[in-house]
Amino acid sequence: MNIPGELRYTKDHEWLRVEGDIGEVGITDFAQDSLGDVVFVELPAVGARLTRGATFGVVESNKSVSDLFAPVSGEVVAVNDRLAEQPELVNQSPYQDGWMIRVRIGKAGELGELLDAAAYEAHVASEHHG
Amino acid sequence: MAHRTPLYDEHRALGARLVEFGGWDMPLSYTSALEEHRAVRTRCGLFDVSHMGEVELRGPGAMAAMARLATNDVHRLADGQAQYSLLCNEQGGIVDDLIVYRLGPAQLFVVVNAATTVADVAWMRAHLTGEASLDDQSDAWALLALQGPRAARALGPLVGRPLDTLASFTIRDDVLAGCPVRVARTGYTGEDGFELFVPADQVVPAWRALLARVRDEGGLPAGLAARDTLRLEAGLLLYGTDMDATTTPWEAGLGWVVKGTEYIGRAALEAARQGPRRRLVGLVMDEPGVPRHGAPVLRAGQRVGAVTSGTKSPTLDSFIGLAYVSGEPTTPGTPLTVEMRGKPLRAHVVARPFYRRQTKEGA
Repeated sequence: MNIPGELRYTKDHEWLRVEGDIGEVGITDFAQDSLGDVVFVELPAVGARLTRGATFGVVESNKSVSDLFAPVSGEVVAVNDRLAEQPELVNQSPYQDGWMIRVRIGKAGELGELLDAAAYEAHVASEHHG
Repeated sequence: MAHRTPLYDEHRALGARLVEFGGWDMPLSYTSALEEHRAVRTRCGLFDVSHMGEVELRGPGAMAAMARLATNDVHRLADGQAQYSLLCNEQGGIVDDLIVYRLGPAQLFVVVNAATTVADVAWMRAHLTGEASLDDQSDAWALLALQGPRAARALGPLVGRPLDTLASFTIRDDVLAGCPVRVARTGYTGEDGFELFVPADQVVPAWRALLARVRDEGGLPAGLAARDTLRLEAGLLLYGTDMDATTTPWEAGLGWVVKGTEYIGRAALEAARQGPRRRLVGLVMDEPGVPRHGAPVLRAGQRVGAVTSGTKSPTLDSFIGLAYVSGEPTTPGTPLTVEMRGKPLRAHVVARPFYRRQTKEGA
């Protein structure tokens, strides 16, 4: 399982890549593997305001449907439009081409509440075997 | 603990993702369900469906007993022929769907669903009439499904007799990799293909030989996830999901399987023949989203039914489903709304099957 060291994570299996005051959001390799083939991703519009921990979208596979939870509060500044036609990018490239939204981070203090790679790996292990 | 097929260790070694289905640990997918689906539509795929139940009816009264048990007309079968049929209760509700193979004038071989095997055997024993005996052989048989346009090319070199003489919906004895098998030209994918009944204690070498041939033809081992999307595209129903004991064959669109004259439930079904209060329809979503089992279906703002199955169709690249819909209209083109997670999504009725194969490759 791939858990890049430079990203931050939620216990709900989203990742956040921070560059300046912008955070890029997607779901982890573990999440995409658990879902199976992703067939549909519903994302908010640019300009939508997110609250940390609240749902911002939905990811569907033939097997299941899961809410997407915002890792941080802020305003959506970009949406990955390619996912509308190619939702399989979430499976093929969860940390790169399969990114979902970019957010202007509203509360930098929230970043400290996210997991680093080691803590996320431990979380997955406990959830998986627990 | 769930049952395991004799190929459990093979699936583990292939890296399959396993899932519990009908009381069995079964491969859900090996690599990607999508790739496995496409392999079956364009080349071939090999499924372990040993969880299915096998029952043999023997004796001079076997044909008469089956005519009483199941709704299709078993008397139309000659030796080596197969038919799709239904067990119904006295109220006309569907107890299970099954395939009946006539091996001889006094020998019928019946394949039933995994989750219902125990109940079906009890039901058939309780309703057995005349000079017939019933033998549950489910543990003795493994069942492999080899499906796809290249299935015949993959299987041909492994069996003793040419497959072009094995017609659709027939069965015969053969030898596969030194192992005595029953080969049937049946399946659950909408493609040409075969179902191979192999003695459970000899199935590992048969599976390995078949899988090598399948890979030679560009095919893949395929799991239950692909099996579900394939059968749904082909408009085939899944017992327990699309029909159950509260459903009549008329409602499920299976009236064509009700042809017998002596079957259990005939009085109730004859009385209910005209204008079932609800019908199973095919639907295609006009807005993205997988229709989920149980999702409410509305027509002109009124709740008229519920979804039974849904998927993103890999072949059609659209979201498809089956749903029971009350009243009229239910004709193709009728606009419906499917409520998912509280959100109304537009859909419309289409004719089933969603997918029909165009050509037959090889034979």
